Amino acid sequence: MTYALVAGVLFGLYFSLVGIGLNLVFGVMRIVNLAHGDILMLGAFIALGVVGIAGIDPLFAVPLAFVVFVLAGVLLYWVLVPRLQGSANPEMLSIILFFGLSQVIEAVTTIFAGTSERSIQSRLLGTVFTTIKVKWFGGKAGGAGPIQIFGQGFPAPWVIAAITSLIAIALVYLYLYHTRLGTLTRAVMSRRDEALATGIDVDRVSAAAFGIGLGIAAVAGVFAPFMFGSVTPAFGADATVTSFAIVVLGSLGNPLGTALGGVVYGLCYMLVQTYLSSWADLLPYVLLIVILLLRPSGLLGRRVRVA
Amino acid sequence: MHNASKHLLFILAPLVVVFALLPGVYQNHLLLFNFVIFLILAQGVNIIYGFTGYLPFGYVGFFGAGAYGFAIMVMHLHTPAPFAVLVGGGVAILLGLLLTPLLRLSGAYFAIANLAASLAVLHFVANPALEGITKGPYGVSLTGTFNPTHAYYAAVVVMALTVGAVVYLKNSPFGLALQAVREDAVSASMAGVNIIKMRVIAWLASALVAGLAGGIYAWYVSVFYPDNVFSGEFSIFAIVFALFGGVATITGPIVGVLILYGIYNLIGFTTPQYFQLIYGLLIMGLVLFLPAGLVSLATRRGWHVP
Repeated sequence: MTYALVAGVLFGLYFSLVGIGLNLVFGVMRIVNLAHGDILMLGAFIALGVVGIAGIDPLFAVPLAFVVFVLAGVLLYWVLVPRLQGSANPEMLSIILFFGLSQVIEAVTTIFAGTSERSIQSRLLGTVFTTIKVKWFGGKAGGAGPIQIFGQGFPAPWVIAAITSLIAIALVYLYLYHTRLGTLTRAVMSRRDEALATGIDVDRVSAAAFGIGLGIAAVAGVFAPFMFGSVTPAFGADATVTSFAIVVLGSLGNPLGTALGGVVYGLCYMLVQTYLSSWADLLPYVLLIVILLLRPSGLLGRRVRVA
Repeated sequence: MHNASKHLLFILAPLVVVFALLPGVYQNHLLLFNFVIFLILAQGVNIIYGFTGYLPFGYVGFFGAGAYGFAIMVMHLHTPAPFAVLVGGGVAILLGLLLTPLLRLSGAYFAIANLAASLAVLHFVANPALEGITKGPYGVSLTGTFNPTHAYYAAVVVMALTVGAVVYLKNSPFGLALQAVREDAVSASMAGVNIIKMRVIAWLASALVAGLAGGIYAWYVSVFYPDNVFSGEFSIFAIVFALFGGVATITGPIVGVLILYGIYNLIGFTTPQYFQLIYGLLIMGLVLFLPAGLVSLATRRGWHVP
């Protein structure tokens, strides 16, 4: 029981990281990024590349993935979004547009990497910490063993992913509430047209949010091989639905809401998997529908969105 | 001549005649059957998305429910196939009724909830715990009713009914009211349109045709797994075909299916990933440059497209 609860929180924090980028993109632009899961998948492939080519700790893939995808996101924004926003029904068309993008990403990855499952040895993650420990405090080198929490051992990658997620969520919070660009972002989130009327450069703010959203998704992807065991180019689609469940569970445009949503999701996931494993697959979908119907604005939301 | 009879005579009748006669001329019957199935599904998407604006991202849920409704009737009650197809349609309507609360959601929320619903139905049907009823993930085999010729003609009949329904929507006050609701629900309700009833009828009609198509598909292939009949490709293909041609028209989805599914069969089978790439780019280009579909090329010039 303790094991399921702690594992649920660890996974939950990671799930928050998975969902938060999607939340940012939808909150700011009212765009449904169906390619979100595929960005995760690409992040995982960056981690694979870092391990495969340089042979160093996959943690180094985190800043790399972030920078690469912030740039890619800004570029992609300028190519796709202004044209989309000019159409009759951008919210609907964005679903189809980004579905097309996810197909392109999946196809290109398949062409270059094949369809086989890829994984990274989990002891490689975090070797940078053990190396530092050995250098400074002596002791013997080796992979990080299980980490003890409440007398139960958990794989080190889970803990490292959860800590990274916490840091990332804190940074997103700081960005949104303590920087000028963040304040502008929140203004665009609450009323796009009024923000435009007050002279905010909506496109610049949105491009930044889009880039950061994609960057965070890629960072989450770096940990995907450890959290889910392995990744394939087709992994993106499932990840997108899971992310949506988490984002809707929390509330739109509120990073703290996504953090809560992720933890609730992680706990439910672990508990169902422990006690009713054959029904665990159903959980994200049923949870998503129930939450949408009962509280369309999410657990922490205020504005209700009903047709 | 009345508009509706013109549409029936010049669009529906040739379509039915062509697809009824083609099996005698062209040998790849499976391909023809798939064309008919996608014509049904694309027109079903047209009914709900084109006329009400709800994007059914989990449309395949109805299709799969119809297929499993058919399978359960045949496996456990040994009913004749045509009756089981009707039951498949009934199961889809029941699922549609179960999902009517989703219509309260708007825009992307509806699309995502619908996608989640179809995946929930898939995992429900494929659950090993229900092996006694649905055979779980191991798939069903219905060799007793296998009769591709009859199934093909049944599919043509359902296609005729579906296209007929779209002709009706295009030419009736009911269809006009639906489009009014799509454009501005509040104004439409002020003008005396019963929004909820309208939407639910369109929703159930589009569920019914997908369920019938699913039942006929099960009849035709006779051996399938949950992943086959709940494959997200059905939803996506149907939506993209309908959009490519142009929704809220009779001809748009037909043109979309004939062109895109034709391309798919030319290049799709040998190199699936290159096809996926081209397909993705095509979808993106479509949304960015031609959001109202192929028919908008004609309507922009002022031509009327039914």
